[in-house]
Amino acid sequence: MATLTVALMDPPYETPATTTAFRIIDSALQKGHSVNVFAYEGAVNLAMAGQAPHANPVKGTTAEEEDHPTTKDWVASLFTTYPGKVQWINCGLCADERGANDAVPGPVRGSPKEFVEWINASDQTLVIPAK
Amino acid sequence: MPKVLSIVESAYRATLEEQDDTILWLNHMLKNNGLDVTILLRANAVNYLVKGQDATGLKFGTAELKHPPVIDKDVADLIEKGVPVYYVKEDADERGVPESKFIEGAKGISRKELPGLLEGFEHVWHW
Repeated sequence: MATLTVALMDPPYETPATTTAFRIIDSALQKGHSVNVFAYEGAVNLAMAGQAPHANPVKGTTAEEEDHPTTKDWVASLFTTYPGKVQWINCGLCADERGANDAVPGPVRGSPKEFVEWINASDQTLVIPAK
Repeated sequence: MPKVLSIVESAYRATLEEQDDTILWLNHMLKNNGLDVTILLRANAVNYLVKGQDATGLKFGTAELKHPPVIDKDVADLIEKGVPVYYVKEDADERGVPESKFIEGAKGISRKELPGLLEGFEHVWHW
C-alpha cells in the first residue's frame, strides 16, 4: 500500500476542486492507501467545527429536511471511517489569520516543516491549488 | 424598478456542498424579494439546462450526500417563477450540448445578439 500526500488550498463552498479532492482522498483510503492532507490557506476552513447546516428558503425546507452537508463532517468522516490511515494538518499560520483554529477532531495544527516530512515519506504528492 | 441581467458563467462551483448553484439560488431569492431579474447562461453554465442531471451517490467515508443538487430543476423553477432564462447558443454548440436535451422555456441567443440584450438592462452582473 502507498502513502499519498495531498495539498489543498481552496476554501469550502467555493470551487468544485474541494469535492474532487475529497473524492480522490476517499478513493485512495478505500483502496487501503494512507493519505496525508496538508490544508493550506483557505483549505484550513474545511475542518472548522463551527460550520452549521442551514434551512433553504428557496426550496422551503428546514435545516433538518435540507440536511445540508458540511465539509467539517466530510473531514470527520474520513477519520472515523479510516482510523489510522489518514492524517490532516492545518497550516497554523493560515488558521491564525483566518481565526480557524477550532477544528473537528482529527486535524492538527502544523507547518510546512511537517509537509516536507510527509513529502519525503510519501510515494507521491498531489497538489490541488487555488485557481 | 431597475432591470437586472445576471450572467452566470462559472458552473458547478461548489454545487455539491451547497446542494444547488449559489448564484442561481441568490437570484431566486432576489426574485422572491421583488427584483426584476433575468438570467443569461454562458460558457460552461449552458450545461445547467440539460435535462436529467444526476448527482446522486456521493459519499466520503460514511458521510453521504442525501440531497444532491438538481440544477436543471432549479433553472426550471426559476423559469416557472417568471425569471427569463437565456443561453448563448454558440457556447452550447461549441460544447456539443444539443439543445434538444434542454429543459423547456430557456431562450437561445447568439453572440451577435448579446449587445441588444444587454441594452435592455440597467444593471448587468457577470458572475
